[in-house]
Amino acid sequence: MMRRLLSVLHARNLEFVRDRSTLIFTLLLPVALVIGMSFVFGGPERPLFKVGVLSASINRQAAPFLRERYVEFLAVPERDAALRKLTHQQIDLLVELGPPQRYWVNTDSPKGYIVERLLLAADPTAQRQPVSGAALRYVDWLFPGILGMNMMFSCLFGVGYVVLRYRKSGFLKRLHATPLTAFEFLGAQVLSRLLLILIVTAILYAGIGAVIGFHTVGSVPLLVLLAVLGALSMIALGLTIAARFSSEELVGGLLNVLTWPMMLLSGIWFSLEGSPRWVQWVAHVFPLTHVLDAGRAVMLDGAGLTQIAPHLLFLAVTALAFLAFGAWSFRWRIE
Amino acid sequence: MSTALLDVRNLVKEYPGTTAVAGVSFSVPPGICFGLLGPNGAGKTTTIEIMEGILPPTSGEVRYRDAPLGQRFHEEAGILFQKTALQDFLTVRQCIALFRGLYAHGLDVETVMRMCALEKLASRDARKLSGGQQQRLLLAIALVNDPTVLFLDEPTTGLDPQARRNFWELVQSIKAQRKTIILTTHYMEEAELLCDDIVIMDRGRIVAQGPPRRLLHEHFADVLLELPRQDFPPQARALPLHILEANDRIEITTDDLEGTLRTLLAAQVPLANLRIRPANLEDLFLELTGTELRP
Repeated sequence: MMRRLLSVLHARNLEFVRDRSTLIFTLLLPVALVIGMSFVFGGPERPLFKVGVLSASINRQAAPFLRERYVEFLAVPERDAALRKLTHQQIDLLVELGPPQRYWVNTDSPKGYIVERLLLAADPTAQRQPVSGAALRYVDWLFPGILGMNMMFSCLFGVGYVVLRYRKSGFLKRLHATPLTAFEFLGAQVLSRLLLILIVTAILYAGIGAVIGFHTVGSVPLLVLLAVLGALSMIALGLTIAARFSSEELVGGLLNVLTWPMMLLSGIWFSLEGSPRWVQWVAHVFPLTHVLDAGRAVMLDGAGLTQIAPHLLFLAVTALAFLAFGAWSFRWRIE
Repeated sequence: MSTALLDVRNLVKEYPGTTAVAGVSFSVPPGICFGLLGPNGAGKTTTIEIMEGILPPTSGEVRYRDAPLGQRFHEEAGILFQKTALQDFLTVRQCIALFRGLYAHGLDVETVMRMCALEKLASRDARKLSGGQQQRLLLAIALVNDPTVLFLDEPTTGLDPQARRNFWELVQSIKAQRKTIILTTHYMEEAELLCDDIVIMDRGRIVAQGPPRRLLHEHFADVLLELPRQDFPPQARALPLHILEANDRIEITTDDLEGTLRTLLAAQVPLANLRIRPANLEDLFLELTGTELRP
């Protein structure tokens, strides 16, 4: 028995080692994950309080309060957006440096009460502007992330593996012998998956929303538009991977290389506010980040078309670019 | 202007370290069944895939109706590959309908199913068909656009004798409609039965070209003597005869039957099991491509 087992083991190992591209990705993926996790979760311990400062950047010497320890100061250029965060208790205080120094505090927030004491100890003349609002439940904040994550996996893996299977079985080669063009074939795959994703996402939205008692503040048709463009962009991204490769392991590795950074950096589980600027910049390369930023803006803050237009534009442009690249690099047969 | 339906001109296909097709030229007139024969690795599948427009040549070209292969060719060509997988979970009717939807013109699905005797299998999962039924389905798909030219790449490989004969009848009925058929096959009986014109390829080159009867006449103006291998003593191999060794038999071609028989008797070769027959396409194939096993 052992001899037979070892024979099969040896053959499988040879197959794996000789598939160079798969081997490289299998070895690189864990290294990339370790590096990514260290950036996201590494560094000093998280501060106790978050204070928004209405300015383009933070200068710690500008006011005594800004030198407090255990307080994270976030530069927030737009007052309206910052006040929405304060109302949802996503920040504990909002400060406008003077003179005179003004601050906004959520009177329903316990952390806001404490950090206000710190501010007044540093500058007793600061002018108070009270706001009120219950804390945003984490589940409400997480809900768009869960919808987006499900959408991402369905988009990337659903299309990627199907096209790969068609290529390996020779079905694509047979289609190639017809007048069908690569763009038509890929377009059909995209639309089929898009329809499925919209139905599944609608079911999840209605089902989970009913269970957790979630109500979208903004426009639902706008959310549908966002879901269509977001799904299109991510399906097309999956097609760029599946467009030419023939190894399941390589395609699986490449899809993991795409999904893990999105899982960690796109804001599914936690906000990247306060993380290094370059991490935020990298995060905005991913379509999922735009889906979630725009989705949360509509669902939680009631943002309209104008406010999320940049996200929609990004998703539309990337969808077209990925689809064009996929059609250009598409291979009907194993080479 | 060429009268040929398909013109293959100086076709070359090179892969790293090997030349699969080394300068092949021939023409296929409309309305005939054209056979592309050769041993494994001769380059016939590569040639036919270039002709089908799914593999680019390294150099040379294929012209259809005196123009490069293009949209018109794809609309008018029907193709049956050596191996084809279809989409999972589709019935026979749905598979045919899928491909019908890819062409601007063609036959309706029911007509194609009737042509290929698939009516009773219309609702069956295509994955659950037997080998012969599967080939009939693939032929139906190849016919769905009512093609002017039909490519059949080793269509009966792996089929049992009944299924093979059934398939031949189908091809003959298609031939009767004056469609042009390009056929590759390992079965010489198949080529002899179906083909009006053949090309025999070996090592990427054409070694013979023409109608089977004419080629046989050119290469075998004589008769063929067949003896069981065990009846042929080793010393007789040195006789001044045209001897071809097949697996289980020795074949001798000659235009002097009487003289050859005398030579064999003088060498004490037993003639009790001797068969004398006219040469066939398989003899020609072995004569031109040899009998050694290809790597």
